[in-house]
Amino acid sequence: MSDAKKFMYINRKAPYGTIYAWESLEVVLIGAAFEQDVSVTFMDDGVYQLTKGQDTTGIGMKNFSPTYSALGDFEVTKIYVEKESLEERGLSLDDLQHLVWEDEDEDYAEKDSIRLVSRAELADVLAGQDVLFNF
Amino acid sequence: MGSIEANGKTYETDEEGYLADLNTWDKDVADVMAKIDDCELTDSHWEVINFLREYYEEYQIAPAVRVLTKAIGKKLGKDKGNSKYLYELFPYGPAKQACKYAGLPKPTGCV
Amino acid sequence: MAMLHLVNKSPYDTGNLNTASGIMKEGDRLLLIEDGVYGAMKNGKAASLLNGLKVSVLGPDLAARGISQDKLADGIDVIDYAGFVDLVEANDKTQSWL
Repeated sequence: MSDAKKFMYINRKAPYGTIYAWESLEVVLIGAAFEQDVSVTFMDDGVYQLTKGQDTTGIGMKNFSPTYSALGDFEVTKIYVEKESLEERGLSLDDLQHLVWEDEDEDYAEKDSIRLVSRAELADVLAGQDVLFNF
Repeated sequence: MGSIEANGKTYETDEEGYLADLNTWDKDVADVMAKIDDCELTDSHWEVINFLREYYEEYQIAPAVRVLTKAIGKKLGKDKGNSKYLYELFPYGPAKQACKYAGLPKPTGCV
Repeated sequence: MAMLHLVNKSPYDTGNLNTASGIMKEGDRLLLIEDGVYGAMKNGKAASLLNGLKVSVLGPDLAARGISQDKLADGIDVIDYAGFVDLVEANDKTQSWL
């Protein structure tokens, strides 16, 4: 689809404390359902959205962390995580979910969706987008 | 809010007929929902409905129709992973109608 | 006159933990809840704010965010909702740094 615009969703809030993370995820999925070229960034407290082992039983809220694994099915395959944000919080990629997408053209081979980028690299990625949303 | 009666039980629904609580779902309510739409559920329908319930269990969302089509193709074969097949089964829209019978909320991005 | 200080925001998002930890007096206790629990992770830059303080953290909020006990800074007391009530009772005043 040649007229697809490049949409970037920038997630900067932790999950559960506010509604931003879940709202953003829904908007991303809607955008992807309309066959746009969707990318997602996790930076600042947004990196906490992807941490493994979330269990919300005790706080009575929906645990939406499994939904991030569906992004690949929605053809959202470019997920940028900012390195500086992880480091400041004492996190590494090992603390995050392993998100993949299946390449239909290569017999459903699993490929990594997460790209670890520095702030400078992220700036270049953002500069190449048509529309930016900040959550 | 509305409600549906099936086999002597009452199921709460939203204004569009989707179950208010997916944990209250059972096969009886799915059959009654289908009858309201003049639809008889066959094994082919159940294949899709069961798939949707498994998908929701894993990802906590209902798939968009494009995602559903692709995933059905992978799981049940290419001859079923196309919108023609799915629209024949669920003429009101495979994601919307099948999700309703599966007891799931209306899919995100479904208009 | 011991005071219980509540912080419910991430230390990387607001300065609330910085303010609360700076104003606490001898005998006071800090309780981290909601997004405030991120401040209790030992490898984060904000962990140094907790040095020398009496700190509790709400377990259900840790679990929701996928933070296991081994990721917490030393000396932090994990409590449940009943423990929250006990702390409010045990202190003369409660201050929420919203």
